[in-house]
Amino acid sequence: MENNWSQSYSLRKAKDKIFLAAVSLAALFAVLPLIALLLFVVFKGAGSLNWQFFVNLPRPVGEAGGGMANAIVGTMAIVGLASMFSLPIGIFGGLWLAEWGKGKRGFFIRYAVDVMSGFPTIIFGIFSYMLLVLTLKRFSALAGGFALGLIMIPYITKTTEEMIKMVPRTLKESALALGVPEWKVMLSVVLRTAWNGIFTGVMLAVARAAGETAPLLFTAFNNNYWNFRLDQPTASMTVQIYNYAISPFSEWNNLAWAGSMVLVGLILFVTVTVRKYSKRINYG
Amino acid sequence: MDKEKIVVLGLKAWFDEKQALHGINIRIKEKKATAVIGPSGCGKSTFIRCLNRMHEAIPGARAAGRILVDGQDIFGPEVDPVLVRRQIGMVFQKPTPFPTMSIYENVIAGLKLNGLKGKELLDEAAEQSLRRAALWHEVKDDLKKPGIGLSGGQQQRLCIARALAVKPEVLLLDEPCSALDPISTGKIEELIHELKNSITIVIVTHNMQQAARVADETGFFLLGELIEFGGTKGIFTTPRDKRTEDYITGRFG
Repeated sequence: MENNWSQSYSLRKAKDKIFLAAVSLAALFAVLPLIALLLFVVFKGAGSLNWQFFVNLPRPVGEAGGGMANAIVGTMAIVGLASMFSLPIGIFGGLWLAEWGKGKRGFFIRYAVDVMSGFPTIIFGIFSYMLLVLTLKRFSALAGGFALGLIMIPYITKTTEEMIKMVPRTLKESALALGVPEWKVMLSVVLRTAWNGIFTGVMLAVARAAGETAPLLFTAFNNNYWNFRLDQPTASMTVQIYNYAISPFSEWNNLAWAGSMVLVGLILFVTVTVRKYSKRINYG
Repeated sequence: MDKEKIVVLGLKAWFDEKQALHGINIRIKEKKATAVIGPSGCGKSTFIRCLNRMHEAIPGARAAGRILVDGQDIFGPEVDPVLVRRQIGMVFQKPTPFPTMSIYENVIAGLKLNGLKGKELLDEAAEQSLRRAALWHEVKDDLKKPGIGLSGGQQQRLCIARALAVKPEVLLLDEPCSALDPISTGKIEELIHELKNSITIVIVTHNMQQAARVADETGFFLLGELIEFGGTKGIFTTPRDKRTEDYITGRFG
């Protein structure tokens, strides 16, 4: 009997090619928004970006040379505040989950952290508004930092847990076998070994928090002047961009573009360096 | 007669509900090498891990019975397992240098984490420990390099140096050569011969030739029980128990 190995081969090869073309196209469409966005932001923002942008305060419409110096410092202050309390909570929480979180309590906390990381960020803003803005009766960097910190906690907790779980058990046992108390083993060997990975997670959380607008709108609010008090309304890059972008004045619109470019550049820089760096993690 | 360093009486151990050791009695002599042999899952690693209370570091694991070290029960209610482990060191199957630390930092890790300060003191302890582990000449110019950059056999000797640095009186070796090539294995065996002049050694091994080469006394474990214990030569040439004989002859073919 004659075989028919070649009968439908050309047809199947054609189908194969069509399929490959379809998925390649889909992959292209997946990165297209990123490329388009970057090009757009650079194209629109580069023209208005100069040193004055980094050193000057915002100026009224019609006056040239306005900048976002206070907003840049403000964002750093708010994110710094957020890190100050979310870092210890997130890192120690992750350590607890990885080492002691096997039972029911661990399951519950892990679940809560997962749910929290999926919350719309404006919810954290409302929470901080009720808790801090209404009680202190003013908008403040503190309230903004609190909202951003809450957003960062689940990210830091999850990365810390994952990184610590990657540290081999034998490493911990070796340290215990040297007669080192468990808490010291945790800090000096387990956390230290996982530190590169945890740092990656922390930096990504910081980059994410720095890019948040909604939770800052009614917590840190905004400020057109320098403010170095944590209990006062404080400018941030994102809110400043938002205000400038919706204004009817074209020079403010341009500043919004410049701010967007700086912010996107910053986040891209952090994300790319951290990803590149984290590939070099070695657990031996 | 040789002094007895560790006396184990009626030692039982569990993982959750599963019993791994069924009442072990054994007397380990000071400044001798004692080997523990037996098929996989016979409880020999569990046994050795009880000796410095590492067994209970595993969640759900517990032990009962008495282990007298120099006459003092390490399971006593007042006994801090951390202090027991400083006196009874341990080296594991897989070499485990701390990956974030250099060779030097690895050796002194135990001392430093236990609060010992002073560069001269630490330098001296590092050199002495590395010499005792027969690693000094190979690494003395590379002390600042990472510990995980060494070969497998060197890493294991680094772990032995690290364990020796806290000056234990007993060193437990849990299949220390099973991940190593024959040459590295030979170096570790030489090292054991050297070390037993100063400390007591208990070694778990799969390799019966190794037990025969390094150990003064040997115990044969089967299904969580100590079947036979005595001078190594006797165990290997004239075993009293049929099961010991089966195991030994089975392996030798």
